[in-house]
Amino acid sequence: MNNNLLFDFTVDKAAKTVYITREFNAGLSLVWDAFTTKEILDQWAAPAPMRCETKYMDFTVGGKRFYSMTGPGGLGGYVLQKYISITPKTNFKLFNCFADKDENPQLPGSDWDHNFSEKNGRTTVNISIYNESLERMESIMDGFKQGYTMMLDNLDALFATLLEKK
Amino acid sequence: MKPDIFQAIADPTRRAILTLIAIQALTPNVMAEKFDMSRQAVSKHIKVLQECELIKPEPSGREIYYHFNAKKMQEFDRWIAQFRQNWETQFNQLDEILSTIKNQNK
Repeated sequence: MNNNLLFDFTVDKAAKTVYITREFNAGLSLVWDAFTTKEILDQWAAPAPMRCETKYMDFTVGGKRFYSMTGPGGLGGYVLQKYISITPKTNFKLFNCFADKDENPQLPGSDWDHNFSEKNGRTTVNISIYNESLERMESIMDGFKQGYTMMLDNLDALFATLLEKK
Repeated sequence: MKPDIFQAIADPTRRAILTLIAIQALTPNVMAEKFDMSRQAVSKHIKVLQECELIKPEPSGREIYYHFNAKKMQEFDRWIAQFRQNWETQFNQLDEILSTIKNQNK
């Protein structure tokens, strides 16, 4: 699917930075909205079967977005993002970190930089994520793994129930 | 705190040591010679690399040879691949939403 759309993912281990480039078959305004409004973010910004739900979002410099991540088996955790700078339809930067349910940040976090540009009706988004520590990046992955494991556990339970009914 | 793999390979000398060791196991003395460093400086680098399991020591007689732990690097690459997959999944979801919104606006 979408094989004709550019997708580049590189990790500069020495610089502790992940670079992501993705092209979208839509105009700049729409893609910008998809990254900066909670209604659209909640529809895509977690890889299935994970889902995210924005509790509140204030897309202004110094404003924050607080959201929960949920897997098929239950709550995966909370994320707090703080907007550092915004240049409409061109760039925005945020500081991302995990948090507890009361919005207390769990440091270290990571610095995200998003760049948007449009050419021939297609929009390219460049994202760079600078991580203070590898442990933190690994903990992100562990979060996803937990989500999948929970899903498999649910399946086990379902199979057990079905077998009992027989 | 235990150094992480990023810290270990952030240093150009340690990257060079890893590159050399990947070809052939070396003793600290040989490393010191090759990089024109003091034994103390080499020991410091070895400590960091060993703590994050990128290299492992193997005694041979009176000498200790340090080997490259390719498995650790593989683990890291596999982990990166998963991370990439997550992004790909998210972006494919966004593709569908963008096309839905575009059709609605028509």
